[in-house]
Formats: sequence, structure tokens, C-alpha cells
Amino acid sequence: MSVELKIRDVRKEYGSFAALNGVSLDIRQGELVALLGPSGSGKTTLLRAIAGLETLDGGKILFGDVDASSKSVQERNVGFVFQHYALFRHMTVFDNIAFGLRVRDKARRPSESAIKTKVLELLELIQLTGLEKRYPSQLSGGQRQRVALARALAIEPQVLLLDEPFGALDAQVRKDLRRWLRQIHQETGHTTVFVTHDQEEALELADRVAVLHKGDLQQIGTPDEIYDNPATPFVYAFIGESSAIPVTVQAGAAALDGAPLPVNGVSAQDGPARFFVRPQDVTVKELNGSSTVAGTVAALRRTGAYRRADIEVGARKTRVEALLPTNAPISVGDKVGLVFQRYALFPADSAPATA
Amino acid sequence: MSADVAAAPAARLIANPTTESRAARLLLIGLGLGFLALFLVIPLFAVFAEAFRNGAAAYFEAFGDPDTQAAIRLTLLVAAIAVPLNVVFGLAASWAIAKFDFRGKSFLLTLIDLPFSVSPVVAGLCFIVLFGANGYFGPWLDHHGVQVIFAVPGLVIATVFVTFPFVARELIPLMQEQGTSEEEAALSLGANGWRTFWSVTLPNVRWALLYGVLLSNARAMGEFGAVSVVSGHLRGLTNTLPLQVEILYNDYNFVAAFAAATLLAGLGLVTLVVKSLLEWRYGDEISSKHRK
Repeated sequence: MSVELKIRDVRKEYGSFAALNGVSLDIRQGELVALLGPSGSGKTTLLRAIAGLETLDGGKILFGDVDASSKSVQERNVGFVFQHYALFRHMTVFDNIAFGLRVRDKARRPSESAIKTKVLELLELIQLTGLEKRYPSQLSGGQRQRVALARALAIEPQVLLLDEPFGALDAQVRKDLRRWLRQIHQETGHTTVFVTHDQEEALELADRVAVLHKGDLQQIGTPDEIYDNPATPFVYAFIGESSAIPVTVQAGAAALDGAPLPVNGVSAQDGPARFFVRPQDVTVKELNGSSTVAGTVAALRRTGAYRRADIEVGARKTRVEALLPTNAPISVGDKVGLVFQRYALFPADSAPATA
Repeated sequence: MSADVAAAPAARLIANPTTESRAARLLLIGLGLGFLALFLVIPLFAVFAEAFRNGAAAYFEAFGDPDTQAAIRLTLLVAAIAVPLNVVFGLAASWAIAKFDFRGKSFLLTLIDLPFSVSPVVAGLCFIVLFGANGYFGPWLDHHGVQVIFAVPGLVIATVFVTFPFVARELIPLMQEQGTSEEEAALSLGANGWRTFWSVTLPNVRWALLYGVLLSNARAMGEFGAVSVVSGHLRGLTNTLPLQVEILYNDYNFVAAFAAATLLAGLGLVTLVVKSLLEWRYGDEISSKHRK
């Protein structure tokens, strides 16, 4: 029933603007994948292309081994959940959920009593039993979203596609629905793709996260891989927090404004490069010769359980953020030495790391 | 504490900032009501007063005239053809404009409004030039035994032209506001285009459609200018009710003229009532512009 998805070099242009720039990715059967990116990254276009709501300018989309690229949206049998629910406003909850079954041709249409059984079953799944006679306008946002999901599940789709499923809901409802969606996914096992611009949502919910930027797939991986080993400067900057320090690479060594940077494993080619490090991977120590990077504490902030320090390094006073315990004996103006636990170097001419 | 403040005479000095003085209010309300009475209520009253001037018997006798009966039938016939044509056109145009993007969309929107800006008499003359005996298509049509001008087809064409924008104008803003995601949802659930239109698009605009039909019907039955040009005023044959009113009046048959006019006035009143009911009951389903 549920199939794997193969997306092969998919392209989509709007005039001269490339919304999708040759994106390839595989989604395994029963997997829950997030398409994550800022607005304009092409994530919604990709989702709509999978559904058949957008035509492609190149590439292929395979459902299992079947090329779906030339199939119409009706033939693809996908469950699509829209950002603003798109419930049929003049139909009751029951009729909304039953719609996909009732529009089938005679040969494949279940009997009205079978439809009723199915709808009531889905209502129980979405925990809205008893609300089948309500109209969409009589439901809360979270309830509408659940009805939209039930309507999509009713047709037993090959893949389930959700466009910013929690985008229009307030924070608490979002959290509940997120947990609930994860649970439904475990129960039903549909191959599921959802679009989000919220990295927390993507990392928490998805088996794997695909990060898109300007129509390119930047990286696909488990939440751990994406967070711990970002493949591109964009992913480094977009996911989690990081500081970027402009450095120069020469013969396998990095230098910050002329002074050598005490880091190992520099594999970037010679020339200007950027050095990325996350606040929690910066250790602040006593200044200790060449084994630490010299810096000056420029600002201190208390954020929840931690203290954050902005530390200026190098001749150009580039700021690096560090996460410290609240009792760290440090004050503004202190000269300190920095050690970087985990970091990455990317050539400076690669895609700009703007989030 | 708050009761003390409310009871204090000083509180009365703080007037609602959007409220005018009593004199200004009376003046404005008086002007409005006076205008309304002078231009709407008194004329409407006069129509009925004149119609019943010689009593109810004379009033009903006026409808015994075969020419007047023919005019009523013709008016109903023309509206019965023109209004459904406008429904089909209005649905097609607003569907195309609201749900799709294409070149020349704003040009099409402007064209739809053309009948609002062109004088109906000019429109009538255009059809004479096109379909008249000496017009572009006239001789060819005549050769095939089809008469358009001074016949029912001409009346229908002229009426369709002047009522052209009503349905489309009601539907376009509503359809644009509703967007296309419900249609996309229906398609993704397996419905074909036709089914999507009947089950999703049409029910979502049903009250706005009825509203448009109402307005376009009132205009179709009441149209004078364009119809007058193409009608030829053949008694009992090509006179619609508004034309019949004029002819009776010109014949100094005042009671009959005003009796026929009461039908049109009545149509107007019924339209007004139904329109108000629709706005009151289904305001938010008609269009955002009627929303309270």
C-alpha cells in the first residue's frame, strides 16, 4: 500500500527563477521525512510536485518502481494535507472524510455502509468521535487539521504529504499535534513527507530531514547527522546556532588574521575559508600560548540555564559565541583562550551561509 | 469607584469622539430622508397611485390588453434565455479568472466591465450595425431566413450584453478570496474536474451566484435603452414590458401605462427584499465586501 519514493533530478522553473534545481532523493517505505528550508527554498514546490499539483520541467518521480511523473494528481493516489486545511466548507466532517471514497468510480467505490464504517474508524483515530455532523467552521484549528489528515488517510494513499501541517496553529496545540502525528505514523506506517520551516519540528518529528536551500538539496540525513555533521555552510548556519569566522587556509593549516588557528584535520583547499563552530563546542580557558585562540570577552548574556559569551577573536574582532555554565568566573573585558571541540571549514566561495 | 465616576456630571462632557452635535445630526438625517422621499418613495407611490386612479377594476382591465400580455410574455422569455446564458458565462469567466493564471487576465476583467461603461443605446446600435438589414452579417442571416434585429433574437442579444457583468462580478471576488486549495484537495482525493466543480466550487459560491442571478434578472426585465434600439417597437411582437409602458404612455393611456409599470416596480421591490434577505442570511458566503 505505502510505497517508497524516488525523486530523480527534479527541476522546476518559474520564468527565470529556478524553484527546484535538480533535486534527487530517496524516501524509504514507511519513512517519515521532513523537507526543511527557509521560504523560497523550494520545499513546498517539491511536495506539490510529488503530489502532481505542479508539473515538472525535468526529472522523474517514482512511486515504488512506477514512474508517476506523467500521472495526473488523481491517478497518483496521494494524501495531501494543506497548510490551511482546505476542508470543504459546505460539507460536514463526515462528508469531508468520505469525499475521497465517494468520488471513486463505481467499480472501486465502497458501499455507503462500508464508507460509514471507515469514516467512523478514522474519526476514532483522530479522536473526534461524535463530531461527524459538525461543519469545519465549528471546529478549532487543531481539530480541522486532524479532519484534514483523516480525509487524506481515507483514500489509503501511497504516500502522505503534509504542507506546513502545524504552521497555522498556536504553540501548545502544535506540540500536542506533533506528538500525535508521530504516533499516528507509527500506527499506520504511511510513507510520509512533510514540509516545515521550523527546524525544531523537523528534528523532533522526522526519521530523516532533507534540507533545501534555493532549489538545491543541501543534505539529507537523520536529525543527528544533520545537526552534528552539517554538509554545507548553509546547513551549519541554518540548523542550530553557529559562529562563522573568516580564515585563510594554506597547506593544510588554517590562519585567523595571520595567526595560526590551532585546529587539526583541515582538508579545505588553499585560499579564503570559513570556520564554523557551535556555541556549545567552544571551551573557554586561560590563555595558553599557541594551543588556544586568544580572545576578549565582549558581552555576556544570561539565557535560561546557561550564560552566553560573545568573544572577539583575531585582528578584525570577529565575534564567537560560547555557551558557559552560569557560575563561570568570567567578566566583560577578560582575556581568554578558546578551544574548539567540534568545527568545520568550508571554502569561502561556497554558498553564503545566510539563514 | 467606577460608579462614582459614571455618576459624576463631568462624565457627560466627554462625548463619543465620532458623534456630531444634535443640530448637525438632525440636519444630516433630515437631508438624507428628504432626498430618499423625493427621489424614491414619492415616485414609487405615484406609480401605484396613478395605476389605481380609476379603481382596481380599471387596473386589472389594463392587463386584459393582448399587447400588454404579449409584452409580459416576451419579457419573461427574454429573461428566461438571457439570465441562464449569463449564469453559464459568469461561472465560466469567474472560474477562469479566479482559479487560473494566464496572459490577458486583467484585459478580460476590463472587458467584462465594458457593458457597465457603455451606454445601452450605443450597445443597441452596435447590434444594428452587425445584424441589421444593411449590417455586416444582416444580408447573410436574411438569406438563411434568420431575423435578429426587430425580432426576439436581437432582444436576447441586447439583454445578454447589458446584463453581462452581473454574475461574473459577484463571483470573481469571492472565488479569488476562496483560492484554489479546496479544489486541489478534491483533485488529490481522486475527483475529476467536473466532479470538483459540482461538489466543491459551485456549492462554495451558490449564494453569491443566486445574488448575481437576482441582479441580472432585474436588469434583464427592466432594460430599456439597448432593447429599444433593436426592438423596432412592433406591438404584440417585439415590445418588452418597459417598451410597452412607454408606448401606452405615449398613447395617453395613463392607467394602463402605470399598471404595467407597477409590475416592473413590484419586480424591483421583490428583488430588493430577496437581495436584503440574502445579504442578511448569507452575507459572509456572498462576498467579503458584504460582510458585516
